[in-house]
Amino acid sequence: MVTMFSYVGFIVLFPLLGFLVLGLFGARMKSEKLIGIIGSSTVVLSFLLGASIFAEMLSLPVSARSHIVKQFSWIAAGNFSVDFAFQVDQLSILMTLIVTGVGSLIHIYSIGYMHGDKGFWRFFTYLNLFIVAMLTLVLADNFLVMFVGWEGVGLCSYLLIGFWYDKNFEKGTTGDAAKKAFIVNRIGDFGFLLGMFLIFATFGSLNFDTVFSAATVFTRGDTTITWIALLLFVGATGKSAQIPLYVWLPDAMAGPTPVSALIHAATMVTAGIYMVARSSILFALSPVAMDVVAIIGALTALYAATIGLVQNDIKKVLAYSTISQLGYMFLGLGVGAFAAGLFHVMTHAFFKALLFLGSGSVIHAMHEEQDIQKMGGLKKYMPTTYLTFLIAAIAISGIPPFAGFFSKDEILWKAFSDGSPLLWCVGALGAGLTAFYMFRLVSLTFEGSPRFDEHHLHPHEAPKTMTIPLIVLAGLSIIGGFIGIPESLGGGNRFEQFLSPVFAAADSKMLLPYHDVTATEYILMAVSVAIAAAGIYFARKIYLERTEIAGQTANRFPGIYKLLLNKYFVDEIYDASVVTPIEKGSEKLLWKRIDVGLIDGLINFTAKGTEYASQFFRRVETGVVQSYAIAFVAGILFILGWLIAR
Amino acid sequence: MIPLNFYLILSAFMFCVGVLGVLVRRNAIIVFMSIELMLNSVNLSLIAFASFLGDPTGQMLVFFVMTVAAAEAAVGLAIVIALFRNKQTVNIDEINILKW
Repeated sequence: MVTMFSYVGFIVLFPLLGFLVLGLFGARMKSEKLIGIIGSSTVVLSFLLGASIFAEMLSLPVSARSHIVKQFSWIAAGNFSVDFAFQVDQLSILMTLIVTGVGSLIHIYSIGYMHGDKGFWRFFTYLNLFIVAMLTLVLADNFLVMFVGWEGVGLCSYLLIGFWYDKNFEKGTTGDAAKKAFIVNRIGDFGFLLGMFLIFATFGSLNFDTVFSAATVFTRGDTTITWIALLLFVGATGKSAQIPLYVWLPDAMAGPTPVSALIHAATMVTAGIYMVARSSILFALSPVAMDVVAIIGALTALYAATIGLVQNDIKKVLAYSTISQLGYMFLGLGVGAFAAGLFHVMTHAFFKALLFLGSGSVIHAMHEEQDIQKMGGLKKYMPTTYLTFLIAAIAISGIPPFAGFFSKDEILWKAFSDGSPLLWCVGALGAGLTAFYMFRLVSLTFEGSPRFDEHHLHPHEAPKTMTIPLIVLAGLSIIGGFIGIPESLGGGNRFEQFLSPVFAAADSKMLLPYHDVTATEYILMAVSVAIAAAGIYFARKIYLERTEIAGQTANRFPGIYKLLLNKYFVDEIYDASVVTPIEKGSEKLLWKRIDVGLIDGLINFTAKGTEYASQFFRRVETGVVQSYAIAFVAGILFILGWLIAR
Repeated sequence: MIPLNFYLILSAFMFCVGVLGVLVRRNAIIVFMSIELMLNSVNLSLIAFASFLGDPTGQMLVFFVMTVAAAEAAVGLAIVIALFRNKQTVNIDEINILKW
């Protein structure tokens, strides 16, 4: 009685239609309302369809929940064939719901946020295209279709970061930020591609089902599988902004704020986590790859959090926070807690989208001002934004019973029990820093006294199209965690149970021990909440009551402060070690020497050689007909003589 | 009856005279006549073979050759006249612009 599953194609089709209609006719549509309704309704329709598939899935027994819906045969060449097919299972439907659900809210928000922009229709065209690509990515039933979506979201990310292409951003233009994102992602994509090649060479197929069932016969620690997993993870570090390829995400804030919320916080950047979770069996077979994932994740979580401490741009703080939270997700994946990682993907989508949308509301109210040093006291002007922002900040800090607590604590507990206490320490420290910088942000932006000219600037609350999504997301940030209450708190973790069939094969390979509820878990839980609470307390203390402390601390440790403010100089290091050598090498060596010298030189050499040789040979052509006739006769005589003498 | 070889030797001789004429004479008209001589030497051998073999195909071919030769004479003389009008000479040593 599978009915809704076969309609899964329409989930992708609706936004695609929206994209086509807006892309072709959007420029001629005069009414912003019409464009906004077309753009948003397609995503809402997808969400409703996704939700009905999800509802039907819940009514089915566990064994009948995974389906492959073939749309058409895409490539068939020799023994290589790829279908454009969608895999509907617990994991993909979860991601679909996140993408379309948060996506719809952000679309609706954008109607208010982008009001009056000359590229209004273009914005919604790109957003719809992004939803198409992202859904293709999460619904794909093989690596190649996934890669199509993967590149598609990268393209939309590029288009939307550079959306205000005539605007300056930091040292360059938004176009530079867009290019940086695209090029850094390409490095990761290269790893993904190599991983795919290796998968095809090893398994002879790119289908998830075929590859993953064939992988189960490999022993744990197989070298080929390790390489595949590491290469795929390189792709994930690019898309999900992990060390060493995270540098594009802070610059991606050049785009409009709804884009930062949708693409660079809630959905696209989680593609890497989704991909690792989807390939969980490959990673589970390689302890080395798992360790790499966990260590990179933990390091990124802590590293980005330290940078977030001192940033003054409201969106930059959130960007580093996103990188840090993505690090937690990878930490979860790396210790084998795939479901916990995805749980954090979901809760993070709620509260981080909310934080970004809230910051958008603030930026809107402050007339494009993003420096939190020039804000303060905004809560009396925009109470809804303040309240929702506060809820999100509490959620991300991990204070129970908000959503972030359950997912983050699950990851930290798994990092301790299945990983190592060291990973837990790094994670818990990062969580404390998270709480600190989030409440630094809240305090500096909304509380205290205004640091801007109140007579000239009159901040105002955002319109309804913007506040309603904020309120919905705030609600989700509060209750979103309840579907994954761990056993130790009497919940039974329904989220994990729902996803467990997807990770069954990986779990059986890793043989992680079953943990009884122990006192340790409660102690760790209490400790991490205490750390978060301490972070919040100190942030409020420093930035509301003893405001001089921040400056004093910065003065006492000028080296560290400078290091953090300049993001550990990583951009400069990359510039010096990679970008400049490539640029100079391309110009001085490849262009001026190889291209001009060697390639052009070879062509010119051929031409000149022909010319010099012909200086001599052209003398043969006398122009006197009789000399040619002599050559004729001589030739004939020669042939005759040869025929006779033969 | 005169043996076939006599005809062939005469034909070969006429042909060689024609070739030499083409190669060594400078006047375009003479060169032209030498070409006609070569064609007629071939006609002679064709007729001789036709007569000795009792096969009329040779005679037929001669008519073809004569037709083509007539057409060639018309075109060739026209070229020579056009050449003379342009260069005031028919000395082919002086007509050598077809070169480097």
